[in-house]
Amino acid sequence: MYIIIGGGGEVGYYLARNLLSQGHEVLLLEKSSTRYRTLSDELGQSIFHGDACEARTMEEAGARRADVVIAVTGEDEDNLVICQVAKKRFQVARTIARLNNPKHEDLFQKLGIDVTVSPTRSILSLIESELPGSRFVQLMTLKKAGLHIVELNVPPISPMIGKPLSQINLPRRCNLALIIRGEESIFPNGETTLQANDEVYALVTRESEEELRRTFGTV
Amino acid sequence: MNIVILGCGRVGATLATKMDQAGHNVSVIDLNNDAFQRLDPRFKGEKIVGNGLDEEVLKRAGIEEADAFAAVTNGDNRNIMASQIAKEIFHLDKVICRIYDPLRQSTYDELGLETYCPTVIGANILFDALNKEANPRFTSSRQQ
Repeated sequence: MYIIIGGGGEVGYYLARNLLSQGHEVLLLEKSSTRYRTLSDELGQSIFHGDACEARTMEEAGARRADVVIAVTGEDEDNLVICQVAKKRFQVARTIARLNNPKHEDLFQKLGIDVTVSPTRSILSLIESELPGSRFVQLMTLKKAGLHIVELNVPPISPMIGKPLSQINLPRRCNLALIIRGEESIFPNGETTLQANDEVYALVTRESEEELRRTFGTV
Repeated sequence: MNIVILGCGRVGATLATKMDQAGHNVSVIDLNNDAFQRLDPRFKGEKIVGNGLDEEVLKRAGIEEADAFAAVTNGDNRNIMASQIAKEIFHLDKVICRIYDPLRQSTYDELGLETYCPTVIGANILFDALNKEANPRFTSSRQQ
């Protein structure tokens, strides 16, 4: 694949190196001349000195034949414009944007950015799931399917304990994919019963999430 | 009308003053408090210090009751993003965006954003001025 990366900071740099080692054709765009000089020794042809926000730079970078454009500058507005221009002007199939402010996620989605990656949100989820006493964490969103992967901890007072899953009224559009009990991984079926402090990984739609939480007693 | 202006530079301040004098309800947002000194001392509108890409700041500036939004910061991308927030999140009909880069302007024009490009406008004015006959009032002493 031909991948263009906008933003030669640490993220862009390591991303470029990684993708190159996987055998892809990569071009990293960096606007600062000092940063460009620092990286060009190592990256050679795979780095280009220019501002990814400028349509002309993208043109010279061959955006028209790029399979993916990834925008990882430090500014959300720059990442937005890089991706929108890539999609609209150069018909790039897949655009990925780094989002610093998780609140902008809705906007980016509405404007057609294919994938947004929010380091803030990812770290928050990880921190939350590490906190003692946390009973419900949203781990990941599968945008195309409109589904969330969630981690639920079965509280000791949960009405679901001891009942076989087939007898529990789970919301529609919800799938309990995996239960982790101590060291054990269990792929549940209708006969599986839940125990206190089980870690349950479920796929659920946004709309049904609340209901799932109530069913489990984690609200 | 109720208007929110993002950016209190020369253009933002001039626009805000004009709109205010014409009787409209004006809110101006800028990252820097000093910028508001550019406004006319008789300015009756709201001055909000903050980041115009932040929905909370926009709400404080009254975007939920606004009829119009103008993005005139000195950053094309900030203007572009703020304008799209105004359109897509707050559903404003009248949104105007300044974009200095002609190529970016044409892209966003096609995406349906109302834009104006001082670069192109300015270059056109200068072009016309240079190709017109010299104005006798401004004729240099050399020609007399």
